[in-house]
Amino acid sequence: MGEVTIRELKKFYGGVQVIHGLDLDIADGEFVVLVGPSGCGKSTLLRMIAGLEEVSSGDIRIGERRVNNLPPSERDIAMVFQNYALYPHKTVAANMGFALKMRGMDKAEINSRVVRAAEILGLTPYLERYPRALSGGQRQRVAMGRAIVRDPQVFLFDEPLSNLDAKLRVQMRTEIRELHLRLKTTTVYVTHDQIEAMTMADKIVVMQGGRIEQVGAPLELYDRPVNTFVASFIGSPSMNMVAGKVVEQGGVRMVEAGGAMLPLPNRASVEVGREVTYGIRPEALTAGGLGLSGTVAVVEPTGSETHVVLRVNGQDIVGMFRDRVAFRPGDALTFAPDPEMVHLFDRTTGVRLA
Amino acid sequence: MSARMSPARTIAAHAALITYTLIALFPVFVIVINSFKSRKAIFADPLALPVPGNFDLIGYQTVMKQGDFFAYFQNSMIVTVASLFFVLLFGAMAAFALSEYRFRGNTLMGLYLALGIMIPIRLGTVAILQMMVASGLVNTLTALILVYTAQGLPLAVFILSEFMRNVSDDLKNAGRIDGLSEYAIFFTLVLPLVRPAMATVAVFTMIPIWNDLWFPLILAPAEEVKTITLGSQVFIGQFVTNWNAVLAALSLAIVPVLVMYLIFSRQLIRGITAGAVK
Repeated sequence: MGEVTIRELKKFYGGVQVIHGLDLDIADGEFVVLVGPSGCGKSTLLRMIAGLEEVSSGDIRIGERRVNNLPPSERDIAMVFQNYALYPHKTVAANMGFALKMRGMDKAEINSRVVRAAEILGLTPYLERYPRALSGGQRQRVAMGRAIVRDPQVFLFDEPLSNLDAKLRVQMRTEIRELHLRLKTTTVYVTHDQIEAMTMADKIVVMQGGRIEQVGAPLELYDRPVNTFVASFIGSPSMNMVAGKVVEQGGVRMVEAGGAMLPLPNRASVEVGREVTYGIRPEALTAGGLGLSGTVAVVEPTGSETHVVLRVNGQDIVGMFRDRVAFRPGDALTFAPDPEMVHLFDRTTGVRLA
Repeated sequence: MSARMSPARTIAAHAALITYTLIALFPVFVIVINSFKSRKAIFADPLALPVPGNFDLIGYQTVMKQGDFFAYFQNSMIVTVASLFFVLLFGAMAAFALSEYRFRGNTLMGLYLALGIMIPIRLGTVAILQMMVASGLVNTLTALILVYTAQGLPLAVFILSEFMRNVSDDLKNAGRIDGLSEYAIFFTLVLPLVRPAMATVAVFTMIPIWNDLWFPLILAPAEEVKTITLGSQVFIGQFVTNWNAVLAALSLAIVPVLVMYLIFSRQLIRGITAGAVK
């Protein structure tokens, strides 16, 4: 079936290594999102699965088959591209049916598949139009339709929503998710938008510099990032990171950071004197009490919540409040961290300690 | 036309364009009107319009009587169309390879192929003639087609590869995933999208070939392979020139090139507007 197995996958461009021995298992029917900053290798990985980039070494299997040396058209995959990549001189119906026609499928069968896909995607009235007469969202749907009619083992999406405006993007996000729940086809989805990753994925793969940093369910990544990179990449506004040192005060271990004493979670077992990075998410901060003191720099109301940027020793700490707060720039304020929601990382390696 | 222009600027712009058009068309106009006049009238008042009194078709009659004239036409047509076909085909293929595939020496190859833009092919006339003699191609249309194809390729490769770089990679990859061969991607996806560029190249390639006198004179001066430009020269003598016939021949020679230009320019405009409205 449509599981994808990647073993020891490497990619060189000339002498430059861009993918460093990746291992990844994607179960049948899973929606996996590859996420990371630009240049992290996520698109290259996707294109290697698609067969658009050669594999330098390692294995890619789709189902039982090793597909390393198969051309894209024989891998039983379908891909949706960022700028839709519709054939400009073919109608919507011809665009959707083209791959089937190339396979020499029976005309009636092609037609019935196209009609069915058009129904699913609400494209029935547009079948005879040309792509240039469609809006961005409709073009994206046609691109998805083209993937659906092939009934492939794996769907590949390469940043499909980044050309759409914000509102449409949210709408299409839901549509793609619904489509996946309906078709249950294995999906690999590339994005640089961590919100897309969080909202859509069964499993997120965070990548950086051609390596996988962490693989896990969205909330797993949010709650237990394995290192500072994942911690700061997942979540918006991103996690506050403060450099500090573990100290013991009255029998209680705390982190001392720029004069402030910050609480540690009870489960934490780190030795005194260790240099650490103290991570705390904006929503785990409360105003007042003991903690990070500074002056309010900016207050950003989003409506449902308010972000308050506090300048502490020259560093910006963001707090997020569900209730309306009445701070003003210049006010002196203290953010108190919730000790149970603290993330502790090693300062030099960035690896999670607690 | 996004910004509205003030009337004064519109008038100035049109005045400049109209002036340029008049200057460019004036020689053509003079050729055409004088081709319909008697020899005496041509010399008496070259700028007068053909009216009853000076109207005379003697030039056209002379040209038509010169029995080979249609053959000259045919030769020119064969040479131009064949060269154009090969320039566009090979130029587009080379441009596709240069813009699409990463291989060692890609940039160098591109520079090498574009070098011909800067070096006039006529510098190599002697060598070309020797080659044609050696291969027995002198006095054949093939010789001309080969030379013109070589002459047209550098510019074609240069312009088309720039345009092909702009064709979306995703589109080509979508084709690959749909099972198109590289040739099918080239012919069915890329070529239709660079059609405006092809039309531009066609116009730039076609006109110098049609008008060329040099290579027909050197490589194919024989009666049965003369081109129209060379054929018209029979009316130009060392001492006496049959101006009526020369002008009539030139006027006739304008027609096919004009028709071809109109065909290509339609493509050109269609391409430009299709891109603009998106």
